[in-house]
Amino acid sequence: MNHYNSDDEIWDLEIKPRYSLFSLNLKEVWHYRDLMMLFVRRDFVAQYKQTILGPIWFFIQPVLTTIMFVIVFGNIAQISTDGLPKILFYLSGITIWNYFSDVLVQTSNTFVGNAAIFGKVYFPRLTLPFSKAISGLIKFSIQFFLFLIVFFYYYIFRSAEISPDIISIIWITPILLMIMAGLGLGCGLVLSALTTKYRDMSFLVAFGVQLAMYATPVIYPLSRLSEKYRLIAQINPMAPVVEAFRKIYLGTGVLTFSGLLYSAVFALLLVFSGVVLFNKVEKTFMDTV
Amino acid sequence: MSNIVISVENISKQYRLGQVGTGTLSHDLNRWWSMVRGKGDPYLRIGETNDRTSKSESDYVWALQDINFNVKHGEVLGIIGRNGAGKSTLLKILSRTTAPTTGKIKIKGRIASLLEVGTGFHPELSGKDNIYQNGAILGMKKAEITRKFDEIVDFAGVSRYIDTPVKRYSSGMYVRLAFAVAAHLEPEILVVDEVLAVGDAEFQKKCLGKMKDVSEKEGRTVLFVSHNMAAVKGLCTRGLVLRFGEKKFEGNQMEAVQYYQNAHQTNNSFLHSGKLQDAPGNENIRILNFEVQPLNEDIITVSSGFVFKLIFYNSKPGINLDATFELLNGDENVIFHHGALISTDNDSREGEYCVEAKVPGYLLNAGTYKFNLIFGLNQRYVLYKSAELIQFEIMNEGLGSNNNILPGILRFDIPYDISFNEKIDARK
Repeated sequence: MNHYNSDDEIWDLEIKPRYSLFSLNLKEVWHYRDLMMLFVRRDFVAQYKQTILGPIWFFIQPVLTTIMFVIVFGNIAQISTDGLPKILFYLSGITIWNYFSDVLVQTSNTFVGNAAIFGKVYFPRLTLPFSKAISGLIKFSIQFFLFLIVFFYYYIFRSAEISPDIISIIWITPILLMIMAGLGLGCGLVLSALTTKYRDMSFLVAFGVQLAMYATPVIYPLSRLSEKYRLIAQINPMAPVVEAFRKIYLGTGVLTFSGLLYSAVFALLLVFSGVVLFNKVEKTFMDTV
Repeated sequence: MSNIVISVENISKQYRLGQVGTGTLSHDLNRWWSMVRGKGDPYLRIGETNDRTSKSESDYVWALQDINFNVKHGEVLGIIGRNGAGKSTLLKILSRTTAPTTGKIKIKGRIASLLEVGTGFHPELSGKDNIYQNGAILGMKKAEITRKFDEIVDFAGVSRYIDTPVKRYSSGMYVRLAFAVAAHLEPEILVVDEVLAVGDAEFQKKCLGKMKDVSEKEGRTVLFVSHNMAAVKGLCTRGLVLRFGEKKFEGNQMEAVQYYQNAHQTNNSFLHSGKLQDAPGNENIRILNFEVQPLNEDIITVSSGFVFKLIFYNSKPGINLDATFELLNGDENVIFHHGALISTDNDSREGEYCVEAKVPGYLLNAGTYKFNLIFGLNQRYVLYKSAELIQFEIMNEGLGSNNNILPGILRFDIPYDISFNEKIDARK
């Protein structure tokens, strides 16, 4: 706990109308790490209560989406997959995209969705979005496992033309994960802070995430875009992530150091401004929510 | 070092009235613009009191104004006041669910609040999972909860249901479990808001006992908000009275309760001053004055009894007029419905009538009451009806060592005959 020293006495806590914009109290969030893990646990235990299929839903969603994409974009629209097996191409994009969109959607709802708890007890509000990023990571691991199964099936049994780069996989995968978590969390934090006063944002999130997927090379490879569109597409900080993922696991895609650096810096700035904004709002959001 | 653990300095809290949303953006921009110019917030004007019954001119309202007080270590401070007095706002600021608009609070030690217990309970999770989660929300470490787990379950008395999702719990069980978690939190400062309103009598007793333990044996500080004056008198060592967001009284808990109850008596009389045609009523009847006063004492208590007095203007001469008094208690039960026959031979006169009657002490139980008035013609037709013109409270007086308000509508002294049977030994 932070100790403030004023009037020659030691106070554990000082409640004031305004705090410095950058007093983020991350120490306190760390103090509540047990709570964060309990939130993660809750997300998993509670989500599939009273369902028959239970955790199998984690698999059903990407599988059905992949099948749909193969039919619509692969077969009907005949969009190129850079010579990769369609299923593998779409599944890789969906797995990656799901983590980002999951974190974003879940965290953007932090204030409005938890107003009932926030109105009654104090705990560091940041524990909630952080816990969402962690539970999203677990969900991602499960779906990533599915991707690996399909990947090995194609690699070993169908001897498809995919060329994974083992060394890059080992050191780039965690970087990609961190960038994605940062982008999702940062966006979500900014949006959640804005939603408390202006509910318009929640409408934006609902379909904005869907639209954003089409602006990201999930269902098409970046290489097939014309020069002009490719430049525009690369403004999207998620584009280098998806492309890099395909490059290291499947062998096709655009992996540039500058692209990843751009995404990483973007993610860092987003998380920082998100946390600052979130901290500013959390003090009084109960009055406006 | 002094032993002050909470120091509240000039705390004020402003809320916006009406819908948040319309004009929000323009207000925000306006605020930002004056910040840029180095001026204060244009919407922070101090002045108006927060009387919820009168309409305000401004869009903003002060829920708390300039509150100052200190709480010493080990004190149990009772915060009392009518609905809307700012009690909950004060607790919200103390428990950091919202920030004050101006002022500062300094706190020593861990503070935990029980503002409506059971928040953060997830309906799908079992009692056990919820104990952990709720404990963690309140700031406990996992190991700490594990250590106290059995004690918590025991205190709540729900061990049979501990693996059942809490959505299947009865509301009483829910509250028991929630209070149990919070009570075992061992904070240095405990903030309690009206938790005792729920749960059965046995559990309420347990809660009060636990609070007493916490403050007396363990020497911890408690802030207690309640409408239950008996509980405030019994538990607290000091009292703070709030009214319309301002501190009205601070001191000994008995005096605080007394102050609150006296201030509460204000609407036990209605007096119309002004023109006759503006008085409540219609073309037949105008009510000029209606009041309830204690008999021979300062305040109306169970033992004092009371007198009610009605002065009205009758505009209908030559009829059979009656005035019926209907007394209702706080639960809207009719206690009596009794008419005063003003005139029985079609001989009513135009002008002022005064009706007065006494209700003896040791008849009605403590609680709030209100009067309805019905003016009748020929004891059949209604000339005018007035609902709830005045409200008053009959204060409780303990019976023996029991200071609680006893259940029931009547509260008279029953002359029991008590004798001891000496012959019983012979039958052994």
